[in-house]
Amino acid sequence: MAKLMGIDVGSTTVKVTVVEDGKILYRSYERHFAQVRETVIRELGKIKEQFGGEFCASITGSAGLGLSQRSGINFVQEVQAAFVAIRRFYPDADAAIELGGEDAKIIFITGGTEQRMNGSCAGGTGAFIDQMATLLNITVQEMDEYALRAEKIYPIASRCGVFAKSDIQPLINQGARKEDISASIFQAVVDQTVSGLAQGRRIKGKVLFLGGPLYFLKGLRQAFVRTLKLSEENAVFPDDAPTFMSIGAALHSAGVKPMAIEDIISAIERAEGTDEVVTGEPLFKDKAEYAAFVKRHRATDLKFADIATYTGDAYLGIDSGSTTTKLILITPDCRILYSHYQSNNGQPVDIIVEKLSEIYRLSEGRISIKGSAVTGYGEDLIKAAIKADFGIVETVAHFKAALHFNPDVDFIIDIGGQDIKCFKIKNRAIDSIMLNEACSSGCGSFIQTFARAMGMEIDKFSQLGLFAKRPVELGSRCTVFMNSAVKQAQKEGSSVEDISAGLSISIVKNAIYKVIRAASADELGDNIVVQGGTFLNDAVLRAFERETGKNVIRPGIAGLMGAFGAALYAKEMSTGSSTTVGESGLENFSYKSVSTVCRGCTSKCNVNILTFADGSRYISGNKCERGAGKKPASEDLDIYAYKQARLPQCIVGTKGTKGRVGLPLQLGMYEQLPIWAGFFESLGFEVVLSEKSSRELYFLGQHTVASDTACYPAKLMHGHIESLLDKGVDFIFLPCESYNLDERDSVNHYNCPVVAYYSELLKANNERLDDGNFIMPYIDLNERENTVKKLCAALSKYKIKKKDAARALEEGFARFNRYHADIRAKGAEIISKARAEGRQIIILAGRPYHVDGEINHGINKLLTSLNLAVLSEDAVFDEADLVNVNVLNQWTYHARLYRAADYASKQRDVNLVQLVSFGCGLDAITTDEVRSILEKNGKLYTQIKIDEINNLGVVKIRLRSMLAAIEESRKIESVAKI
Amino acid sequence: MKKTTEQKYTHNYRDDYPRWQSWMKDSYKILIPDMLPWHFAIIERLLKLEGYDIEVLKNDSRAVIDEGLKHVHNDTCYPCLCTVGQYIDALKSGKYDVNRTAVMMSQSGGGCRASNYIPLIRKALKAEFPQVPVLSLNFSGLEKDSSFPIGAKLLLKLAFAVFYGDAIMWCYNQVKPYEAGRGTADKVRGELMDYVMTKYEKGGYARYKKVIRHIVDCFAAVPRTDAKKIKVGIVGEIYVKYSALGNNHLEEFLLSEDCEPVVPVLMDYVLYCVVNNINDGDLYGKKGIFYSVNKLLYKILHRMQKNIIKIFKKSPFEPIHDFEHLRACADKVLNQGVKMGEGWLIPAEMAALAETGTENIVCAQPFGCLPNHIAGKGAIRTLKNLYKNENIVAVDYDPSATRVNQENRIKLMLATAREHISAEA
Repeated sequence: MAKLMGIDVGSTTVKVTVVEDGKILYRSYERHFAQVRETVIRELGKIKEQFGGEFCASITGSAGLGLSQRSGINFVQEVQAAFVAIRRFYPDADAAIELGGEDAKIIFITGGTEQRMNGSCAGGTGAFIDQMATLLNITVQEMDEYALRAEKIYPIASRCGVFAKSDIQPLINQGARKEDISASIFQAVVDQTVSGLAQGRRIKGKVLFLGGPLYFLKGLRQAFVRTLKLSEENAVFPDDAPTFMSIGAALHSAGVKPMAIEDIISAIERAEGTDEVVTGEPLFKDKAEYAAFVKRHRATDLKFADIATYTGDAYLGIDSGSTTTKLILITPDCRILYSHYQSNNGQPVDIIVEKLSEIYRLSEGRISIKGSAVTGYGEDLIKAAIKADFGIVETVAHFKAALHFNPDVDFIIDIGGQDIKCFKIKNRAIDSIMLNEACSSGCGSFIQTFARAMGMEIDKFSQLGLFAKRPVELGSRCTVFMNSAVKQAQKEGSSVEDISAGLSISIVKNAIYKVIRAASADELGDNIVVQGGTFLNDAVLRAFERETGKNVIRPGIAGLMGAFGAALYAKEMSTGSSTTVGESGLENFSYKSVSTVCRGCTSKCNVNILTFADGSRYISGNKCERGAGKKPASEDLDIYAYKQARLPQCIVGTKGTKGRVGLPLQLGMYEQLPIWAGFFESLGFEVVLSEKSSRELYFLGQHTVASDTACYPAKLMHGHIESLLDKGVDFIFLPCESYNLDERDSVNHYNCPVVAYYSELLKANNERLDDGNFIMPYIDLNERENTVKKLCAALSKYKIKKKDAARALEEGFARFNRYHADIRAKGAEIISKARAEGRQIIILAGRPYHVDGEINHGINKLLTSLNLAVLSEDAVFDEADLVNVNVLNQWTYHARLYRAADYASKQRDVNLVQLVSFGCGLDAITTDEVRSILEKNGKLYTQIKIDEINNLGVVKIRLRSMLAAIEESRKIESVAKI
Repeated sequence: MKKTTEQKYTHNYRDDYPRWQSWMKDSYKILIPDMLPWHFAIIERLLKLEGYDIEVLKNDSRAVIDEGLKHVHNDTCYPCLCTVGQYIDALKSGKYDVNRTAVMMSQSGGGCRASNYIPLIRKALKAEFPQVPVLSLNFSGLEKDSSFPIGAKLLLKLAFAVFYGDAIMWCYNQVKPYEAGRGTADKVRGELMDYVMTKYEKGGYARYKKVIRHIVDCFAAVPRTDAKKIKVGIVGEIYVKYSALGNNHLEEFLLSEDCEPVVPVLMDYVLYCVVNNINDGDLYGKKGIFYSVNKLLYKILHRMQKNIIKIFKKSPFEPIHDFEHLRACADKVLNQGVKMGEGWLIPAEMAALAETGTENIVCAQPFGCLPNHIAGKGAIRTLKNLYKNENIVAVDYDPSATRVNQENRIKLMLATAREHISAEA
């Protein structure tokens, strides 16, 4: 009888197994570095050597589908393959979890067989771990060793790799221990698997762990076992885990027509790529075209001065970026004395100190630093470490640098390692700022990760793309999507050159269409300066010029522009002497890093304390000033703080006789709590509020989340329900409302689908809920009489008279109206106080539930710490005109946004910042409209996208950029007046 | 909430846009996006007979998606992106006089984003084709200055067209996988399209029982094998459920995988919209003239549907779902108050399919579709409790979601389906 063979072609590896009489004769595990077909042929060649003869063969795996279709070799879906092997070798398993290169799967075996794969927006897989290791500049094996020595776990967003990245980056910059970060990354993968895949089903019993990452990474194993609370005998890690699918595929081949190994190999050899991959034009026709291009860009390089001979003054600029550290020393006439660009390896302080020492050594006392400035993510940290004179907001630094190269610049785009920044310049001031949202960070480090995955350095990798014949079309969305697009291209046999060029092009498209959202290239302006390390990559630069149809300026120091801008700023602001640590100070420089939990308030921020040799300390990770050991900014001018305190006061706290009703404080309940508290208390119920939102609360309900791409407020709701159930309430009340209250300022007054019907999803996916303990009547609060009827019916068990219910609802509305009147009054008070103190006012506009501290992550506190007064949309919209907008104005909460924007437009000292929840589909519509209202009135628009992300670093830069721009335009205004 | 009782000034932030004027009927071409090729072909013809120069767009190259990506906020749902892409790609093609072309889109007026497609299309066209009017096809009194005028008679004609398109699609899907002679089902479909068109041209379109019977008989006459195939239902957001451009040619893929695609009919969606207006009255006591009109409309359409079902019952084909049965199915899963997007219709169809022998289902949705969180993915657990063998895969469609990813997930669903079959055998 022929032997059985299984070939598992995954996204990164090829596994082949040979089975005979139920015994495994052979197995192999090889990385394919995108050379799928070649690797398979090579591996099969080995089998030919060793065994020869006939085989019943099947192909499985995500990259194997195309190969199977074109070679005619049988295909078995990989989860199915795993299932076959599980039944053969582990008949008593209850569930299996398999992590692969880019897929994650769960198979539930007992209690209703079910097989699940991750959706298209889910990162926590092998490729994600690789990416994170690249970020930490360690190998995956080192990461695993580190993780085993961890002392604490940081919360890291687990939904998507890109999000996690923006959580990790600040931790690195703040100097958190690699041990702890590594362990936190593994925990994120576990959380992702548990919430993204299990979706309402608990993973219990005997669990099998499969796939490469789970086999090789002990830290990851530990995290799974710990999180799922598995006993030793219930957590099974098979020795053949990495090749498990190929074993399954082999077993599945019984019954497949046997083929001679030579025929199998030649079938695969014949399986050439098809034309299914969309390709574009080459970046350069030939070498001559490339040479001309290089020459043109050479023209904008800065001059150098020799540090070994120069005597005189100098200014130091440092850009402590997310993945790289940049440093430049310039002469007063802007020649470069010294520059440095380096991946910061998670240790920016060490690098700066080292390079500064080098400068002192090279200059031998001839050069005197008259001023220094720091910008970038690590601004505060570096400033504290080397006692720099100034800090400057990144965006402003970049603008200053661009101005140096083209005084008429009207558009700047900077693509760095982690972010894309674009500024439009009007009247020599920043007019609008666009930053990439955490979701679309297809930036520099993205190419780097890919380069490494293909086993080469980034320079070489991107160089390959320059003369690619047919660059692959990879789409312009997020990393995870691009990963699978690359996977498809590989499957179809695209070359590494074509993929490299495709990546460069997609980064450009991502920037233009996703971040800038330009309808046409003309919108960008005529004098474009491009910068950031990513643009040093000629393929990216070329793709940009191609896509925009314009010749742009790329300074030779494109990667150092932030640092250069900082140096220019230091020069501009210099008082003639500098506080920068001198040569002798550096010799004794050392620091110690300790991470701890701040106990300043209930937020319990993870903070890092760096203690320098001279005893000075730098604290990071804190959301508010209290964590930094400073006096917190007053809550007086913060309506979010006011609302947080005021809302629960809508509950009087009467001990009811009828029973205890639980109200989950999330989504619509943030608006309607006063109504329902009033209603139930009047009827003699005790009102129990769910626990305050927190990450822990989210984890509590995570296993019942059905759709992992829903917004964070919705996903948090699951935890609120669990907390109420744990409090033993008699029932939970959460009505379904297609319609919100009609505020008579919009065409219709809907709730969004999630707010309207989330009760249905909660009930369907939580086994603890039933008709008795979860009451969710369909009501329209504009129809009071009908609402009363519906409420009585829903509460029929308590035999409530209509008359009483009507009165109770009246009481609810009375509390509701008082609540809103109080908010408006407080808003007015804040405005007059702020004006008396000469402070700028920000309307932090979102939805009622954005007042939740776990959802807004304390952005209100950040604003007050920046000396601003904070209002909310519901405090001011009523003061505004009615608005007629382009879009169909049909949601109550969103109608408030448009009016709040109208309000801000009319006040000189009021600006609006819009909070947007990731995954909020409606905001794709509202954000453009709010922006358009503000811009029509000459106001800046700032948008902050929030999710589980727990770091405010990016937000802070965004807000400070906005403030700098406001400040700048005021200066111009006042100059114009004179 | 404080009611804005005093008269407030209304600040106009609306950009000007070209309106549809009635005189344009004679000289303008109206482009409509492709969603259901057979239904829309009939509608195209009947509107031409009404004097409108309608054209259903057939462009589906990658350029369509690229234009969509360029002109629509990328977080907007995929159907909007595809539609706008088709419009812009067509307008740029040089095939049309852009000064004498309008585009048309339906608008439900419901609480999901789809009601905003009209303004989004306007915004997208503004940069390059500011002169092109956008027509709204709606029954909610929206876009009064640019809506497509529909009287009772035209409405009825459209309803017949939907029934006929449904019958052709429904029968074809039951014949195609089993046809003995290659291409015979397609040939019959082509002939029947001509037949229906003639009914509109030469009269007789209103004799719907006769027309449907003819459709059913013609398909029943196609010789079929008795091969065993896996029946796979397609439900979900209306555009990606039906449109090959939206769902990467899902029906063709299923056919190539040796399956029988079971695609619930468009009339279900029409009735769903009508019934929602009735439900609003019943749930919230909003019983005005609108309520009564919809009740009447429902009564008429449902009676026709029942007559059509009777015809199907006498044929070898599985009949279309009775809408009252769909409503009863919905009630087992969630409240019919879930009316945004495709709302309760999705679980209703999933349940009805399970009850009529189609347990394997692709639930298609645009990535990030809000109503689908609740009525699609959110309802799967309940459905699995009700129908123990129901085998559902939720697939997201998106400009960058790759086909290999989608097909791999569908293949997993099919593998489970085959397991079920062999377990039963």
